[in-house]
Amino acid sequence: MRLWAAVCLMIAACLCAAQTVSIGSKKFTESYVLGEIAKKVVHDAGLDAEHKQGMGATAILWEALEGGSIQIYPEYTGTISEEILKHPGLDDEGLRRELKTHGIGMTGELGFNNTYALVMKRGRAAALGIHSISDLKNHPNLTAGPTHEFLERKDGWKPLAERYGFHLASVKGIDHALGYAALNSGQIDLKDCYSTDAEIQKYDLTVLKDDLGFFPQYKAVYLYRLDTPARAIQAISSLAGTISEPEMIRLNAEAGKTKDYATAASMYFHDRGLNAVVARESLAQKIARWTARHLELVGISLLLAIIVGIPLGIVASRPGPLGSAILGLTGIVQTIPSLALLALLVPIPFLGISAGTAIVALFLYSLLPIVRNTATGLQSIPPPLKEAAAALGLEPGARLRKIYLPMASRTILAGIKTSGIINVGTATIAALIGAGGLGEPIISGLALNDNQTILEGAIPAAILAILVQLLFDAMDRYLIPKGLRAGG
Amino acid sequence: MIELAGVSKRYGATTALSSLSIRFGDHETTALIGPSGCGKSTLLRMIVGLVEPDTGVVEVDGERLTARTEQQIRRKIGYVIQDGGLFPHWTCRQNVVVMAAHLKTPPADIEQRVRELCEVTRLPAEMLDRYPAELSGGQRQRVGLMRALMLRPNILLLDEPLAALDPLVRSALQDDLKRLFETFGQTVVMVTHDMGEAAYLAGRIVLMREGSIVQDGSLEDFQIRPAEPFVAEFLNAQRRLVAL
Ligand SMILES: Nc1ncnc2c1ncn2[C@@H]1O[C@H](COP(=O)(O)OP(=O)(O)OP(=O)(O)O)[C@@H](O)[C@H]1O
Ligand SMILES: [Mg+2]
Repeated sequence: MRLWAAVCLMIAACLCAAQTVSIGSKKFTESYVLGEIAKKVVHDAGLDAEHKQGMGATAILWEALEGGSIQIYPEYTGTISEEILKHPGLDDEGLRRELKTHGIGMTGELGFNNTYALVMKRGRAAALGIHSISDLKNHPNLTAGPTHEFLERKDGWKPLAERYGFHLASVKGIDHALGYAALNSGQIDLKDCYSTDAEIQKYDLTVLKDDLGFFPQYKAVYLYRLDTPARAIQAISSLAGTISEPEMIRLNAEAGKTKDYATAASMYFHDRGLNAVVARESLAQKIARWTARHLELVGISLLLAIIVGIPLGIVASRPGPLGSAILGLTGIVQTIPSLALLALLVPIPFLGISAGTAIVALFLYSLLPIVRNTATGLQSIPPPLKEAAAALGLEPGARLRKIYLPMASRTILAGIKTSGIINVGTATIAALIGAGGLGEPIISGLALNDNQTILEGAIPAAILAILVQLLFDAMDRYLIPKGLRAGG
Repeated sequence: MIELAGVSKRYGATTALSSLSIRFGDHETTALIGPSGCGKSTLLRMIVGLVEPDTGVVEVDGERLTARTEQQIRRKIGYVIQDGGLFPHWTCRQNVVVMAAHLKTPPADIEQRVRELCEVTRLPAEMLDRYPAELSGGQRQRVGLMRALMLRPNILLLDEPLAALDPLVRSALQDDLKRLFETFGQTVVMVTHDMGEAAYLAGRIVLMREGSIVQDGSLEDFQIRPAEPFVAEFLNAQRRLVAL
């Protein structure tokens, strides 16, 4: 246990070591681009800046900002009043006042309104004669595919449907980028979007008129912690009033086309005749960085799982309620979906939105195969051999170390191998909370609906899983006593 | 010297030992015999502290067997089970020297003792570098015997050591055991199913049934003065087997 505490402290120390300004972004193109723009101006102000891309939805970003694991992220006034402060209808001054009580500041409006809107394929809308949201009343058979967030929002699907008095038979929550693909292929008729989404042009979509004026204003701003270095606050504040709606659509389209947020951000600076060089990395560099981070996440969590899992397995191998409880609990952890597990861990103090949380989640997932295999390995030692070991006069500890654990080593190693391989795959979820790794391009790719970017993460992750398997197979040869292999 | 006083052991509804008292004197070789399930193994396992008696006391060399004395007492006893009870992940040599190494015996002394034991058990020394799975049953039993004798115990407990061996190997090992018992003069208690083997190796035979002692004496006593009709029945059953 002491070792575990030490490792946790080490991880925490590593994460805190660099005094960098951390900028977060939500999981959609525009947020990524605004994140890159902020990173560039903070960097140009002479500070170290990092961009934790696509950390998730509003709740996660706000949590991260309040908890201090990021200092800045782009947000929209409507979201701040409706979702964060739960105080609809506040003006900018009101927002500033209330945010201040949370230790958070807000820049001036950047210059564009990215409100929610409903979109349909142009041809389909024309054929059905749908122009405004009110027209939906007459078409209850349409299939809608709003995002999960929109379905739950206070200014989202349900209040909207109530206000307009429409009811659709089929409403399924679907990821934003995937939703566009579904809309394009005709699997759904209707979805929510942001009014600056590049896809509106790309897929030739019609924005349904908000004839009752339901959607609040969503003016883009940056939120920042009041304890952020003053130079960084100055830098992002200078962006106020500089990005118009058409400009933002153009930047979003550029990001969609080049699959590169840094390029899109540099376009913004280029337009202003500013030094447009936004730090870029080659693909190989990026993959190397992702892979290194991935291995770090997998390595630390697996090591912790081994340190904790083997002793737990030893306890679980003994008959009695404690053993069943350990196996039961570690089993339950495995049944929790990875996203839900992250959501459960994020509110825990000291964890929050951080690599630490990802490591704890991966650690919990890795536990069961190790605990279970250690227990079964020990239980399957023939009783006469256990008695022979005891009858020799070896102390219980020595029996375990010298005889029982080596005899169970094949099974225990198989458990560690299973954990390692599962872990390599599961670690891609770490990117959801800004912890990096090969999940980063996968999530970006999903946000951009871009298979190439997804593959930049998915292929190395698959190769990594195979390499880990080979590594463990090689390790078996050294770690499993020769007698066990000879005997079969 | 081993003394069991009024020991009993029950497993649920089965009585493995019922208030049994017996004493095994120094330099005495005793064979425990009796129908399957009569409690022979339970009795041996109780002497090494693998089974805790429900009632009664076990004393070894005048010292009472408790959780505290258990480890010390076990190191004075050599315990051999069917098939040798060897640990498969170790070579035979590692199996033989485990306790000596654990107790930090100087390597030269260990080496010397292993050579001696190879002679005593008539096991070719090169066999020791193999893993248990690479030996025959008889060879494994010889290694098990070496391991039991390694620390020069003054007590040797054998639970059906020859049960799984073919008749030729078995007879050779019987001769070796007889020589060994005679040369070293330990207190030996051996479980067997074979009256002939019991009579050949042990001066004293103890016949058990359902957790109790039926008769305790020499083969002659059994033949001339059977304590109960069961004794004669048991002897007859054994004779019929041999006659086949
Ligand atoms: N761990 C245990 N749990 C339940 N019952 C047991 C246990 N050990 C022994 N017994 C029972 O106790 C009785 C005596 O067993 P024991 O092994 O001493 O017999 P045995 O005389 O050695 O028989 P065999 O000649 O077949 O080896 C048997 O009825 C057996 O089923
Ligand atoms: Mg038995």
